[in-house]
Amino acid sequence: MTVSTRGIPQKGRPVYIIDGSRTPFIKVRGGPGPFKALDLGILAARPLLLRQPFGPDALDELIAGCVSPAPDEVNIARLVALRLGIGQTIPAWTVQRNCASGMQAIDSAWRNVRHGYSDLVLAGGMESMSQAPLLFSEKMVRWFSRLQASRSLSGRLKVLSGFRPGFLVPVIGLLKGLMDPIVGLSMGQTAENLATRFGITREQMDAYAVESHKRLFVARESGFLGEIESSYDSSGNFYEHDDGLRPDSSVEALAKLRPVFDRRFGNITAGNSAQVTDGAAWVLLASETAVEKYGLSPMAEIVDTQWAALDPAEMGLGPVHAVIPMLSRHKLGPDQIDYWELNEAFAAQVLACLSAWKNSQYCSDEFGLSSAFGEVPHERLNVDGGGISLGHPVGASGARIVLHLARVMNRKKAQKGVATICIGGGQGGAMLLKNAAG
Amino acid sequence: MTEFKHFRIERGQQGILWLLLDYEQGETNILSSGLLDEFNAVLDYLTRMQPTGLALGSAKKRGFIAGADVKEFTRISGFEDAHAMLCRGQQVMNRIEALPFPTVAVINGFCLGGGLELALACNFRVAMDDRSTRIGFPEVKLGIHPGFGGTVRSIRVLGPLVAMNLMLTGRTVDARKAQKIGLIDHAVPARLLRKSAEEVILHPARERRPRLWIKALNRQPLRSVVSTQMIKQVAKEAKREHYPAPYELVELWRRYGGNEKVLMDEEAKSVARLSTNPTARNLVRVFMLQDMLKSGADKSLICPAHVHVVGAGVMGGDIAAWCALQGLKVTVQDTNRAGLAKALQRANKYLTRRFRGRKHLANAVMDRLIPDERGLGVGTADVIIEAIFEDIGAKQSLYRELEPKARSDALFATNTSSIRLENLSQGMRNPDRLVGLHFFNPVAKMPLVEVVRSPQTLPDVVEQAMAFARHIDKLPVIVSSSPGFLVNRVLMPYLLEAVNMLEEGVPKTVVDHAATDFGMPMGPIRLADTIGLDVCLFVAGILSRDLGLEVPERLRQLVDKGSLGRKSGSGFYRYRNGEIVREKEPAYPGELASIQARLVKCLTDEAKACLQEKVVENSDLLDAGIIFGTGFAPFRGGPLHYLQGQGDLAQN
Repeated sequence: MTVSTRGIPQKGRPVYIIDGSRTPFIKVRGGPGPFKALDLGILAARPLLLRQPFGPDALDELIAGCVSPAPDEVNIARLVALRLGIGQTIPAWTVQRNCASGMQAIDSAWRNVRHGYSDLVLAGGMESMSQAPLLFSEKMVRWFSRLQASRSLSGRLKVLSGFRPGFLVPVIGLLKGLMDPIVGLSMGQTAENLATRFGITREQMDAYAVESHKRLFVARESGFLGEIESSYDSSGNFYEHDDGLRPDSSVEALAKLRPVFDRRFGNITAGNSAQVTDGAAWVLLASETAVEKYGLSPMAEIVDTQWAALDPAEMGLGPVHAVIPMLSRHKLGPDQIDYWELNEAFAAQVLACLSAWKNSQYCSDEFGLSSAFGEVPHERLNVDGGGISLGHPVGASGARIVLHLARVMNRKKAQKGVATICIGGGQGGAMLLKNAAG
Repeated sequence: MTEFKHFRIERGQQGILWLLLDYEQGETNILSSGLLDEFNAVLDYLTRMQPTGLALGSAKKRGFIAGADVKEFTRISGFEDAHAMLCRGQQVMNRIEALPFPTVAVINGFCLGGGLELALACNFRVAMDDRSTRIGFPEVKLGIHPGFGGTVRSIRVLGPLVAMNLMLTGRTVDARKAQKIGLIDHAVPARLLRKSAEEVILHPARERRPRLWIKALNRQPLRSVVSTQMIKQVAKEAKREHYPAPYELVELWRRYGGNEKVLMDEEAKSVARLSTNPTARNLVRVFMLQDMLKSGADKSLICPAHVHVVGAGVMGGDIAAWCALQGLKVTVQDTNRAGLAKALQRANKYLTRRFRGRKHLANAVMDRLIPDERGLGVGTADVIIEAIFEDIGAKQSLYRELEPKARSDALFATNTSSIRLENLSQGMRNPDRLVGLHFFNPVAKMPLVEVVRSPQTLPDVVEQAMAFARHIDKLPVIVSSSPGFLVNRVLMPYLLEAVNMLEEGVPKTVVDHAATDFGMPMGPIRLADTIGLDVCLFVAGILSRDLGLEVPERLRQLVDKGSLGRKSGSGFYRYRNGEIVREKEPAYPGELASIQARLVKCLTDEAKACLQEKVVENSDLLDAGIIFGTGFAPFRGGPLHYLQGQGDLAQN
């Protein structure tokens, strides 16, 4: 075993997931959605806190992930805390690790509880992708500043006459965020890279996507999505379900969609990618001390976490790079993990991870393993659907998969589970959970 | 430094003196006779001291000055007495105005009536820009108008249009608005209040005066033209026979507005006349009744932080929103998500209007108003209010479910409008904890809450319910758990009699007109439509069994047809988007007075019956309940008070 042993964690206190909740994930359908990121955070957290046996001021801190808070949502975690009314004296901070921001929040909370700095932490993430701003182009901004700076009338007229209609073409903030500025590829194009490298076909991707919708539908009908809290806006509407779900999705229908990232010859379509959605998810982490003090019933223990980084052009393989060192450290193989949540950014990216894990060449080249890491069976992965069917609000997804994994493990009375996520910019995150439900 | 009873004097920077009002007998400053008398001594002292300037503020935490002492009003024996009192007040204000150094009023919180007159007697005014600051002349609501020189000085500072508008409507404005209309010089944040006052004194600017063309309105012939328009406006709001004060105020200005000295003298006479008039006496009575209801509860008996409301219908939703507005955390339980969504929408609409540009304040209230499909809030709530539909079985089974989850020390209340508590509490583990908190629709507007006590209800629980009502700024009155309690019981025979009249052939507009002529805010037929005919029918049904009332067939027919009143678009009247479709009043040969007498008799008879049966403890509480629960013509002083007056008339 030649996996890097860098950063092997010191011993610490056990950390438990006590409870969690999320909003429905609401698909972006053109134009700003009903909720700002801050609203989503509050909507998901309020019922969660309401059902706890302790008062909200018992929390030691609140940590939230959010990739793009609005300009008036600076340190959004603190705003959530204050508007939740949990008390002015409870610190709150915001973390950002792109698509894994929600998982980063949990990781940060885990570390603080593990090392005794905190006993009870609310951690999670939120994102309102529909409210991502339209920005002025750089040319427009420069023109504005010149206009502001010119004092004389003639100077002003001169600047005014320099205006060109093209300046008004807005910059779509969301697209900027989904673009890797280092390698000059959109997230979808990095997934196209993986499809080519591992020979994943359009048909395989579409079939995966259809299965994701089917699983989410069954989960919804079976009541397996109890972590969702109905969200009410102030115009008389309410949202109960992940509204991107298409139970009637079929391979035939998906085959008709055009590729959106590599147009014409590419494979990746809107149908086999994660949906752009708004949403928030939280989990409540507690130390043994807090569990005893308040008589809490843990769902799961977070045993370990791992971050990894790799070529940004292959960011979708992040989970492969995070999971292998984490499990190796615990001398665990994929067959000893009962359930997996691997965030579905793109069908191609999930399938590429599965291929990489069972590819001995890849495992040898990248990790120096003597054989392949092993097979992660699709039956035990994302059993209730994922980003393709329910969406991927970037700040929230990392928290959602950790929470849902804990719920699946409780439901199936399973022992161990792994939640893992790929991160734009070329990183991966993973968490190892152990069932703690008595 | 000299010691005073109601005043504190402090030295500020550079020879400025601070005169802080500190009314000895209460937590808020009022301009009692005692305080005004002492003010003269204070003014002597100040004149001797010759400071650089005087900053006149309040030593109280709550507000600047709430106005004159309303209690003294009730002791006025007649015109001469009133006139002498007003002249004393005017004298103090005139002396302040004549001080030979700059004066500034420093307004922290409310500044009402006589308080504003005092502030206007200063050269300058600065006010704290804060939600608690309200500035205005509410005198007209007590049946009088400003009488300490306020008419003269407000017109001088603001011009007649703005000044008369403030005095005629009795509305109050916040600091920013006050600055905008010229009532104060600066609206400043609390942190700069003291500094701004001293700077205003050290660098006195020109005093505020209206523009020239506004001043021109104060001269004849324009003054007559404008006053005619004002009278027309006033007539739209109130009848002269019912509310003479606004008419007298306009008349005062029309006749004497051109000469400040004469206006000052006539102002005192006018207020002296008005204050001895029955309208003012009754309005003062209503004010005192309100005070009585407020002081009937001891707020310290309960410390509510979290209220759980069950039922997100119109009443439940609005009660929840009101509690959230009052600063409480509220969970609203309902399994019907669409109902919850509607309740939140209504709350948001109300709050947006109430807080206008200040969205963060509306947000804060909405954050406290938590939809709760699964009833998670029951277990932690300090107060639980059930507000589901009126069905004994449903309520009983709900209580069986709620009670074991609720904290044993939580206040457990029902908003039932007519079902007896003894019946509802059957099946509860502790039936003695159930108390009624009966709100009225619309919750945000109606100040009364009936605190319903059954023979079982523990006295402590009743006291806590009273205290809770005060925490959410409602006026509580204790009523016994008898059919219809107080308000609905008194109202129902009156409504039914009105419907009977329709069957006798009296046009509905005539019936309503007769009632509004008496001074009711709305005629009984329209009121029935507003309450909802189905609700009326239900309450009438309950009362008919116990009181032997007959339910008119007409009411049942309309409900069967689905004409439920305003909410369904048609009842006795038709409605478009919630607004009544006006109908012309047909000629009616009969006598309006006899219709009116019949309607009023229903109210007063039932009120008498309630008093006899001890539904409420005494006649003052009964009058208060009916006024604040139905809007019964306040200038009549309440149904029993009115009846007594009629009796006195008959005897004379």
